[in-house]
Amino acid sequence: MNRLFGLSTRGVLVVVPAAFIVAFFLYPIATILWRGLGGGGGEIFLNLAASSRQRDIAWFTIWQAIASTLLTLAVGIPAASVVARLSARRQRLIRALVTVPFVLPTVVVAGAFTEVFAVAGLDDGAFRLRHTVWAVLIAHVFFNYAVVVRAVGSYWAGLDQRVEEAARVLGANSWQTFREVTLPRLQPAVTSAAAIVFLFSFTSFGVVLILGGPRRATIETEIYRQAVTRVDLETAAALAALQLLAVLALVILSTRLERHRPIVGRGARSSRRPATPAWCWGNLIIGLVLLGGPIGVLVERSFSTGGGYAFDHYEALGERARQLPAPATTALWNSVVFAVAATALAVLVGLLASLVVVHGRRGIARIFDLGLTLPLGTSAVTIGFGMLIALNEPPLDLRTNWWIIPIAHALVGVPFVVRTMVPVLRSIDPALHEAAAVLGASPVRARREIDVPIGMRGLLVGAGFAFAVSLGEFGATSFLPRRPENLTAPIALFRLLTTPGDLLRGQAMALSVVLMVLVATAVLVIESGRRDDEGVL
Amino acid sequence: MKKTLMVLLTFGLLASACGDDDSVESELSDGGSVTLMTHDSFVVSDTVLEAFTAETGISVELLQGGDAGAMVSEAILTRDTPLADVMFGIDNTFLQRGLDAELFEVYESGNLDGVSPELRIDNQHRVTPIDFGDVCVNYWIDALPEGAEAPTTLEDLTDPIYADQFVVMSPESSSPGLAFLLATVNGTDDWEQYWADLVANGVSVTAGWSDAYYGEFTAGGGDRSIVVSYASSPPAEVIFADPPVDTAPTGVLLDSCFRQIEFAGILAGTEHRAEAEALIDFMLTPMFQEDVPLNMFVFPALEAAALPAGFVEFVEIADDPQTIEPAVIEANRDAWVERWVEIVLG
Repeated sequence: MNRLFGLSTRGVLVVVPAAFIVAFFLYPIATILWRGLGGGGGEIFLNLAASSRQRDIAWFTIWQAIASTLLTLAVGIPAASVVARLSARRQRLIRALVTVPFVLPTVVVAGAFTEVFAVAGLDDGAFRLRHTVWAVLIAHVFFNYAVVVRAVGSYWAGLDQRVEEAARVLGANSWQTFREVTLPRLQPAVTSAAAIVFLFSFTSFGVVLILGGPRRATIETEIYRQAVTRVDLETAAALAALQLLAVLALVILSTRLERHRPIVGRGARSSRRPATPAWCWGNLIIGLVLLGGPIGVLVERSFSTGGGYAFDHYEALGERARQLPAPATTALWNSVVFAVAATALAVLVGLLASLVVVHGRRGIARIFDLGLTLPLGTSAVTIGFGMLIALNEPPLDLRTNWWIIPIAHALVGVPFVVRTMVPVLRSIDPALHEAAAVLGASPVRARREIDVPIGMRGLLVGAGFAFAVSLGEFGATSFLPRRPENLTAPIALFRLLTTPGDLLRGQAMALSVVLMVLVATAVLVIESGRRDDEGVL
Repeated sequence: MKKTLMVLLTFGLLASACGDDDSVESELSDGGSVTLMTHDSFVVSDTVLEAFTAETGISVELLQGGDAGAMVSEAILTRDTPLADVMFGIDNTFLQRGLDAELFEVYESGNLDGVSPELRIDNQHRVTPIDFGDVCVNYWIDALPEGAEAPTTLEDLTDPIYADQFVVMSPESSSPGLAFLLATVNGTDDWEQYWADLVANGVSVTAGWSDAYYGEFTAGGGDRSIVVSYASSPPAEVIFADPPVDTAPTGVLLDSCFRQIEFAGILAGTEHRAEAEALIDFMLTPMFQEDVPLNMFVFPALEAAALPAGFVEFVEIADDPQTIEPAVIEANRDAWVERWVEIVLG
């Protein structure tokens, strides 16, 4: 870092993200855990450990998250290989489309999956998926497909294919080339994506409850049950501490795995071979079935009215339904404004933090990497309640402040920015900087000409994630007391589905379709800032 | 990159202008202000709150904090630095938790006389009943099995003629699910045996109401014709029908109804005690009470309040609903739920 940045710059780099994460995450979490466990924490922990139910829950939480991660990688990496070979414009389009599930509340997706299972005859009988662990795993792949396709795909697109070609010339077949040459070079992006998928599945809530059926519970659903259904805040805090420890251990493990190696010569696009048609179509069909099935159900329902297919439900979004304090269109607008603010925060904090992780001293880098990833593996209840009781005094009495919502959303967005930026920044070959120095460029200029264009790739993918995450966030938002006029779209959607009536359900479906279109468009716009086609070398 | 960042930050700053307008609202009125904390289901017509402000000069700020359980947890966590002056929406299944945490200040509203005695269950007046909503078994009239009459008692549901027709929610994760469990505890001779019989008769369990009503019940295209829902679900099925209908497609099993009473209370430590009292009084006026049914699909606590047309025609209210005292619920809930899990899910 000394080489690239001056002393004051370094200070800003470290202080801004550190202050953000300490004030809005570590301090609230510490406060809520202290409140819950302060009197006799040890005893509560012993009770937890002694309960076979709680041990089963912990074990199920971990293994289903590992299985979800492996499945998502198995489906996502082939898709990423296809995406990496497409033209820049098509890549952008695909990357935007796969982001759509991110904004869908689980209650809506679970309903759509239930219908897909019914249509496919998988809701009962020998091949029943409903209320099985398979339904949970499939839904996790549905939600996390985007993480792998986007993060690995865009990283892959930057790899120099000449190495693969050399391998082929030397007699390796495609599988050997992939396993021996491509996969090791992809590893930083794959590990990063895997960590995110794991944490998302680890803290999954609605999918487990609805698709898994009433018999399944994870640490996340158990925290909710204790804190909200039973109002037993001590047990909830003990579980939250357990969740935090588990996440901490697993993130440390994953950063150990994440070896970084510079990759020689990025972005030699001209030599890229197109995917074989069979490979390309195969992946397209998998993607279409996986994402298209449930999404198709939602779209169909949103147009289905008592008098055939029409736009009625969409038109109704402009008027206030009785169940909502404001029209759904207002909720959509609120969500977009929150998402813009959350993305701005996440990009600012995430960018600075990534630079620290990549260029900072090892100790600091590791702490940053860890601290910024934790929110992804922390229950929405813990984050929401923690902010509520910690940020209650000036200068930080934010409990009913407008900003608390985008801040809570940005906590989840930052890890996405960091996890997509870091592998990209690390892949920058130091030889490029040396070459620039030899050619007479100042360190600042070298950074501007080399790191900025390459880093932009990761930054915008991360920003797209942050936007999508904010637009679809439900949990933490619902635990932060809001003014009714600050209604968000996911909360409106949830509310519409709590009273019987086809009109309300139709409106909820229309609202989810609008959310999907909105996120795809937004990601497309955000990523159009990328300069893929400019040669880096 | 700088440009993009600048654009994003500018948007962020613009966005912040939309927020935080405490000062503006409070200055509109001269009679002070009061903050009302509610669950997300709370909706009131703008005109009603405006009338309150016009009459008293007090402006009302609303805060919504998730479902009823989340709201109670939030209030307990922020007890020393309360977010609001009045809480609305704590019901009899959660009430004891709030009372044990000493969330409320005593206040006996002068309008309480108009409320029927069976709703006034807190003799110490820490909370005031505002409305009630019954959790009842609903059935889709045209989808009942061939030859089967509509069920009329809880015991009917164990009759093989209704085999594989009934869907309930788990009391572990759902508030109507818990209410129905309480109804069976109160309304059957041996509730444990009753649930074992339901299991033998093919009862299905989901995590939440939406998943049951729209996932397995006839309303969402499912193949089960009996579901745990609310006494107000039939009018909702008419009001939000598409295409419009003249009669409710669903009926209510009155014997199964568990009464959920929703209360309002003044939060301990309020600095707006007088305004809070005025708001609670107002919540028991016909104007507020008659606005409740069509917004929140619950019934007014005030006996004089008329049910609106378009609602009253499709609704049946149990004369003798199932009830259990809050303290008894609190003392037994965990054990009952645990036993239920063993019988039904185990």
